[in-house]
Amino acid sequence: MVDIALRHDASASPATARLRRYRAQDRMFFRLTLACALLVLAVFAGVITSLTVGAWPAIKAFGLPFLWTEAWNPVTEKFGALAPIYGTVVTSLIAMFFAVPIGIGIAIFLTELCPRPLRRPIGIAVELLAGIPSIIYGIWGLFIMVPFLQQIVMPGLIYAFSGIPVLRDLFAGPPYGIGIFTAGLILAVMTLPFISAITRDVFETVPPVLKEAAYGLGATTWEVQWNVVLPYARTGVVGGVMLALGRALGETMAVTFVIGNAHRISESLLAPGTTISASIANEFTEALGDLYAPALIELGLILFFVTVIVLAAARLMLYRLERRAGGRT
Amino acid sequence: MRFLTKLCAGVTAFAAAVSVATVALAVDISGAGATFPFPIYAKWASAYKGASGNGLNYQSIGSGGGIKQIQSKTVTFGASDMPLSTPELNRYGLLQFPTVIGGVVPVVNLRGVAPGALVLDGPTLANIYLGKISKWNDPAIKKLNPSVNLPDQVITTVHRSDGSGTTFIFTNYLSKVSKEWNDRVRFATAVDWPAGIGAKGNEGVAGNVAQTAGSVGFVEYAYAKQNNLAYTKMVNKDGKTVSPVAAAFAASAAGASWDVANGFGTLLTEQPGANSWPIAGATFVLVYKQPQDQAATKEALKFFQWAYDKGDQMADGLDYVPFPAEVKQKIVASWAQVQGWNGGK
Repeated sequence: MVDIALRHDASASPATARLRRYRAQDRMFFRLTLACALLVLAVFAGVITSLTVGAWPAIKAFGLPFLWTEAWNPVTEKFGALAPIYGTVVTSLIAMFFAVPIGIGIAIFLTELCPRPLRRPIGIAVELLAGIPSIIYGIWGLFIMVPFLQQIVMPGLIYAFSGIPVLRDLFAGPPYGIGIFTAGLILAVMTLPFISAITRDVFETVPPVLKEAAYGLGATTWEVQWNVVLPYARTGVVGGVMLALGRALGETMAVTFVIGNAHRISESLLAPGTTISASIANEFTEALGDLYAPALIELGLILFFVTVIVLAAARLMLYRLERRAGGRT
Repeated sequence: MRFLTKLCAGVTAFAAAVSVATVALAVDISGAGATFPFPIYAKWASAYKGASGNGLNYQSIGSGGGIKQIQSKTVTFGASDMPLSTPELNRYGLLQFPTVIGGVVPVVNLRGVAPGALVLDGPTLANIYLGKISKWNDPAIKKLNPSVNLPDQVITTVHRSDGSGTTFIFTNYLSKVSKEWNDRVRFATAVDWPAGIGAKGNEGVAGNVAQTAGSVGFVEYAYAKQNNLAYTKMVNKDGKTVSPVAAAFAASAAGASWDVANGFGTLLTEQPGANSWPIAGATFVLVYKQPQDQAATKEALKFFQWAYDKGDQMADGLDYVPFPAEVKQKIVASWAQVQGWNGGK
């Protein structure tokens, strides 16, 4: 190899020299991008390692029961992660419950039904929502949404569901205005732009000929969207939802403002609770004692795994969907 | 190569010149800890800079952080709202002394209830925070406020979600006045609250109380005053109803014994005296008795000496209560234990 290169050098033909330079450039480029990719893996491994090391005293002291213990008592140093895990998962589910249908609705309207002059303003407004810092959502939530929910929405919900067995317990009073449900709503607003922006983009990739064919067969707008556009774009839609879910699981500041920061699991969704990231943000600076800070770091480790599990589950779902769709055609 | 050597020499010379210059001109005192005294430390620091040329670099990262930082010796002094116990002080070879006194006041959000209109006592406040008194028209509250029109409304308690000296003072008070609180919850900078919602910082508690109808919270006195919140009066140990004013905080400090042996770690809650506000507390500074950098510690102590001498008016202006002169003398005298202090000379 070296010999050949040397001989080529000796011949010094300008064409081969250029070729050699290109090859070197390619190799450089390969190594550069490889380094970027490896960096991600290194950071990933580093985060897991440092979290585990930091959490080790708590892992040793509490063991696996940490995962299903609800107690969180800094005075006696008894810590458990159940309440924050519950809060994290439930607020994210509430957020998806509202954000997914609304986000897809926005996307359908923007791509199919919206009059042209309105398309850009609405699209830009939705994207701007994604750019608002989370602390602004938190302040807005606390000062505008909480009083509104406390005085109007929550009493209404409590009254409306008071006769229905399961819902009666999920929406039990008193209306604090602050709580799991409020945090879920804020997260819904925050994740909405991710879902709608990505969904709109993938809807636009649906070949017009497919839609036109469906319309030509006499399908209604609803049927075209439900049977043609959504199935064609489902990978992208699920991707958008995953991204939104990732943000909802890790969101800290806005949630801290409106969730009530109470280490409890209540039957009612209207009651205060806490999430993993909110607990860490609230308590880390003043975490005294030998186990308090490690317990918070272990919470961080758990959030890491919760996110990985949720994203893996979403991937699996996507894979299943694809296989089923593949089998049908 | 010669250029490089020259450059190195130049850089070294420059660095040496700079370091000499800083030593000669001014020292930056480094400290970290409690957020509660940050406003007054900042004010003292800017005045002190004008008087002596020495600056103060104080990071208000919280009492817990302050204790950690001084233990790892990354700062010259640590600051904490919670006094360390004598064994803890001895274990690390730390000297502890208080700087100013502050008060914690309950605040409420009840329609038609003005600041100072509502009266509470210790057991009632403890039962509210335990969740045992859940309505504003509870007989226990009615008995204390026969003339106030109390609604049939659910009480929402608001507490700090972050660890804080304010929480320490407040829960310490509840532990003293309620056996059940002491058995179930006890006191610390962060506790397992039996009920209610948590909010970050004094401003978070103030904000949540303002937003939630029928709520009760507790904040530093300065916060209640500046934000015009509906604070309550309290029944103190002598059975007298008192308002949260600077004189009432000072009264609770006057009766207390200040002892060098326990690092002046006196808790000012539920102190005797007809005028004493029952929920008061001091904030503390921690320095090493055998500091690694004696000159830096000396400069820090000189700053606090200056603050005791000249800083009372500034403290008053920010609603902190300065210590009486005889306590200050005791504190400065205790610095003799610090190596290199030599009376500040």
